[in-house]
Amino acid sequence: MNNTIKNAVTLTVSLSAAVIAVNAAAQTEITVATVNNGHMIEMQKLTPIFEKANPDIKVKWVTLEEGVLRQNVTQDIANKSGLYDVMTIGMYEAPIWGERGWLQAVDTSGNYDKADILPSIRDGLSYKGTMYASPFYGESSMVMYRKDLVEAAGMEMNDRDSWDHIRDVAAAVNDPSKGIYGICLRGKAGWGDNMAFMTTMANSFGARWFDENWKPQLESNEWKTAVNFYVNLVNKYGPPGSSSNSFNESLALFNEGKCGMWIDATIAASFVTDPKQSKVADQVGFAQSPISVTEKGANWLWSWALGIPVATKNVDAAQKFVRWATSKEYIQLVGNTNGWAAVPTGTRSSTYANPKFQKAAVFAEAELKAINSANPNDSTLKPSPYVGVQFAAIPEFQAIGTTAGQMVSGALAGSMSVDQALKNANRAADRQMRQAGYY
Amino acid sequence: MTLNQQRKLKTLVTGLFAWTVALVLFFPIFWMFITSFKTELQAISIPPALFFEPTVDNFRVVQERSDYVHHALNSVITSFGSTIIALIIAIPAAYSMAFFPGKRTKDILLWMLSTKMLPAVGVLVPIYILCRDYGLLDSRTALVIIFTLMNLPIVVWMLFSYFKDLPKEILEAARMDGATPWDEVVKVVLPLSVGAISSTALLSIVLCWNEAFWSLNLTASDAAPLTAMIASYSSPEGLFWAKLSAASTLACAPIVIFGWFCQKQLVQGLTFGAVK
Repeated sequence: MNNTIKNAVTLTVSLSAAVIAVNAAAQTEITVATVNNGHMIEMQKLTPIFEKANPDIKVKWVTLEEGVLRQNVTQDIANKSGLYDVMTIGMYEAPIWGERGWLQAVDTSGNYDKADILPSIRDGLSYKGTMYASPFYGESSMVMYRKDLVEAAGMEMNDRDSWDHIRDVAAAVNDPSKGIYGICLRGKAGWGDNMAFMTTMANSFGARWFDENWKPQLESNEWKTAVNFYVNLVNKYGPPGSSSNSFNESLALFNEGKCGMWIDATIAASFVTDPKQSKVADQVGFAQSPISVTEKGANWLWSWALGIPVATKNVDAAQKFVRWATSKEYIQLVGNTNGWAAVPTGTRSSTYANPKFQKAAVFAEAELKAINSANPNDSTLKPSPYVGVQFAAIPEFQAIGTTAGQMVSGALAGSMSVDQALKNANRAADRQMRQAGYY
Repeated sequence: MTLNQQRKLKTLVTGLFAWTVALVLFFPIFWMFITSFKTELQAISIPPALFFEPTVDNFRVVQERSDYVHHALNSVITSFGSTIIALIIAIPAAYSMAFFPGKRTKDILLWMLSTKMLPAVGVLVPIYILCRDYGLLDSRTALVIIFTLMNLPIVVWMLFSYFKDLPKEILEAARMDGATPWDEVVKVVLPLSVGAISSTALLSIVLCWNEAFWSLNLTASDAAPLTAMIASYSSPEGLFWAKLSAASTLACAPIVIFGWFCQKQLVQGLTFGAVK
């Protein structure tokens, strides 16, 4: 009797252990690091559908603030820690990390339809023709303006207006006594904050970050003219405290009806036309970014993309997830689930060709035009050695761009002259480039 | 003005000043709390919306998106765990330095305090690599070790300050009765210092609970405490203040309630040795 009980217990324990072991071995867990953007949160919500279709994969999410995400994923990938299996990276990181061999090449085989991805976005995420990250959503920059205010001021807005015209419209619309400011622009220091906008503006004035020999060009006349124009424009017709405003602050002002114009990321179009978020949703018009002497580099190009570090132990599961999240089918899924105005844009031609999307997104045409006109390989009037529109895709740029951003923000706040700011920024950039061995 | 009136006026002015300071200090917490009940548009409206229809939608979103219990459990385990270990190390250390000071005791104490002056980011890379090599990334163990080391100087200092004010005669009397050093600590020093130890523990728990730098750098999902959960609600492109406020309110609530119940010990601990 005792032996029978013993055997039964042994059998039960062995079977349970075997079942647990089989389950544990069957399910691969992948960790995805991402930022807290609307589209990313939606992806998180829809992940159970992916898990249902792939019962052998479980997805864990780590959502971080953008700065912290950059620091964490850089730390992880550079040290080959393997903490994350999929990471959200930008167009700045993808080619640099791809060149260093830190990222897996994107698996574009089968029905992934690489040709459907917008060419400028695909190029921006590639190094020597190989894609190292899959675009989840893409964006450029454009003008968003209040049709009612512009009309009431007797002015007109067109695609590719000149900066002088933009200034005139801002002056006509500006009415601080009613809490309306002519134009809202980024002023907060940072290579991805004020310098993203400032670089596109400077590009259109004919400026470039570096010459063919990688010598910084921030003291050139083109940069001086552009930054002086920007500082005068914002100080005269911008909201008070602009030197601490970036995307979110300007979005809040625009949605509150306090900006006549706002030039920023195309992704903002879906927010400012959403009546749940914006008090002026039905009064917003769109136009291509303004220019001065050239159209080259006048609007930026950016993409949040999913990359797979080489240190991951779950390459296959990670590839499967990335292919799903950046596929045409995923966009279809979001469209059917949340409506076509909410789909991640700026990645695939098929999205813009979809009549349902065209009907739902009033900004679709302007956004596509902006993205298609941005060329990261040819963004300056004079020749330049770098790739990128609003940044130079070299590791040193983050530090150089942020220092320049602090100087320009200082000039905007009136703590130094534009000439002094550009001199300081150029000196810092020169030191950085020398130390890095560019010359 | 009579002496009595002068006294009343002084009390009134002091009271008003104290209330003003308290309100100024409390205002950000109050604002965070009411913002958590606003819509995103109300949260950013200028001038700020003071009267509005409250919504609990932000709390629902936080509950849906984040595993609050998981993060809260990590916060409890790491803050209480590290505090217990810190006390186990600090009590004998403070006892020996308070009752048997050597030539270098003061230097050791100063050196311990000086480690708090080192910016954490200065040792981030070596600690990150150590954690990676020992498989401690995204583990509660790593956070418990780091938090223990981080708060040990403060814990030792606080206990040392209290122990050195204990009358030495009590210990001498215990020794006369044949008490060993272990007996002295367990049967004499500890019972006399319950207040000091609990206030030190409380302070250490609060410091660990609020720690963000190491939590964000060394964890991903499994060991991420509440501070990491709050950080996930900041957005580079999109309005987030109301949801962030709801996440912060949920993260602060346990420690604020805990502190509320223990405020007597906390104040006592922070002021011991201040008045002779």
